[in-house]
Amino acid sequence: MAATDTTTAATAPRTGGNPLRWLRRNIVTLAGLATLGYLILPNVVVMVFSFNKPNGRFNYQWQHFSTDAWADPCGVADLCGSLGLSLQIALWATLGATVLGTMISFALARYRFRARAGVNTLIFLPMAMPEVVMAASLATLFLNMGIEFGFWTILIAHIMFCLSFVVTAVKARVMSMDPRLEQAAQDLYASPLQTFLRVTLPIAAPGIASGALLSFALSFDDFIITNFNAGSTVTFPMFVWGSAQRGTPVQINVIGTAMFLVAVLCVLVGQVAGNRRKRSNP
Amino acid sequence: MSTTEAPAPPETADAEPLPLRKTPTRKRLIPYWLLLPGMLWLIVFFAAPLVYQASTSIQTGSLEEGFKVTWHFATYWDALGEYWPQFVRSVGYAGIATALCLLLGYPLAYLIAFKAGRWRNVVMILVIAPFFTSFLIRTLAWKTILADGGPVVGALNALHLLDVTSALGITEGHRVLATPLAVVCGLTYNFLPFMVLPLYTSLERIDPRLHEAAGDLYARPATTFRKVTFPLSMPGVVAGTLLTFIPAAGDYINAELLGSTDQKMIGNVIQSQFLRVLDYPTAAALSFILMAAILAMVTIYIRKSGTEDLV
Repeated sequence: MAATDTTTAATAPRTGGNPLRWLRRNIVTLAGLATLGYLILPNVVVMVFSFNKPNGRFNYQWQHFSTDAWADPCGVADLCGSLGLSLQIALWATLGATVLGTMISFALARYRFRARAGVNTLIFLPMAMPEVVMAASLATLFLNMGIEFGFWTILIAHIMFCLSFVVTAVKARVMSMDPRLEQAAQDLYASPLQTFLRVTLPIAAPGIASGALLSFALSFDDFIITNFNAGSTVTFPMFVWGSAQRGTPVQINVIGTAMFLVAVLCVLVGQVAGNRRKRSNP
Repeated sequence: MSTTEAPAPPETADAEPLPLRKTPTRKRLIPYWLLLPGMLWLIVFFAAPLVYQASTSIQTGSLEEGFKVTWHFATYWDALGEYWPQFVRSVGYAGIATALCLLLGYPLAYLIAFKAGRWRNVVMILVIAPFFTSFLIRTLAWKTILADGGPVVGALNALHLLDVTSALGITEGHRVLATPLAVVCGLTYNFLPFMVLPLYTSLERIDPRLHEAAGDLYARPATTFRKVTFPLSMPGVVAGTLLTFIPAAGDYINAELLGSTDQKMIGNVIQSQFLRVLDYPTAAALSFILMAAILAMVTIYIRKSGTEDLV
């Protein structure tokens, strides 16, 4: 049958009628969309409740529509200070982890050396360790050393746990790169530095960029490790945690929504720019 | 002449690797210099603290007099004896959440990989974008969603589902908040993207022609899935379950924000022992047990599932 009429063989099912197959295909799609809804729902709630005017200290119940919080996002004491601190830490942690991680991934992807297995284990372990274990042990070290908790201890911790993710992202990219490109550059009399800057680095750039983005997101949103190593310093997630006990200002919903929208906007702009570039030089 | 000068990387896929002895010492040291700062960072701030913690767990003393290593292994027994329910609960909640993540995440990953077509990027953005709102804010949003008078509880009550779950001990009374259901729901929600993304990565690599081939060989869609798609997605399943289970087992945010004192997990105990009670030996012993338990489980799991090249 398949040999005599390929079109029906491709479209019509061999067992059961068309409706059954249609339903089956759509069950997967519907289940996927339901999961997507589950993932998006809290963001919708956060967005809607950024326009709320709660009666008490907690912003869990809908009362009245109001744009007060959007008009004054920094209207709560310490909120924008903590946000600034988080951004600052995330930027430095991203820089540190990206530089150190990229160096490690080049060594892993490009060179032969002793103790490779040990290096790989040391990279893998932080990702396979519950955060609370790393958090408590690092804080124990700082306590024993008599180091004061604050900006620097947070930054050290963030670089530590971001490093492995950068290595994983960059290594994959460098490994998949055609080594003949570098050889070609050398054959064309490029110096090692020129080869690195004009061939290797541009090819590795997407991996480095995704590693850096991941670091930024991880650092900015980290709570558990920060909670143990911050002392009395308050980052944005620490502020939200504290407000869950004291009372949640509407402004944290404003900040959460704004960041969500900015992120979506950035991705969309990137997409459009990427599409345009693809179209202009195919 | 130019070949000896050219710093061809020793490892290349098809080119003849340069003999090691011909490479000058300076070049042979390059990988070590590249590794040095990052590795030092991990040794000093990741590995050394674990050793420190091991020593802390066998210390005795008090905050005023200081702690000394007295090889007091009894801390481990005391900690296990007192907090084993939290351990069991952590593994249980994390296990259930991981299974739910797999169940919910697989269709979504499948949708993105095979069915989304030109909507693929949009769906991907929708999966990743929630990350940009702090997860604490999103977890707090579940307080609103699952609130006692809210639509979810109302609907569940109308369907008498809460009676069923109460009978099973998953919920209490006619509410969802401050019950195991709320905590598991929060855990599932928070770690779902960590399941979807690796699943998608391994599903996306599958050649769609394999599905056609299975169909041509008279496999029904279900058989195709069981014999072709699912086995090929195993690396994603393993990576996803690990990325979900490990953080979920150590988590204390969901239990704290969505649960009551009856849903405390081991992370909550470690956190309060360390930051509130200031009983560092107990906190250290507990996190050491947690680490050992998780590493053991992960090792067995990876062996069993037969994908050892995760890194």
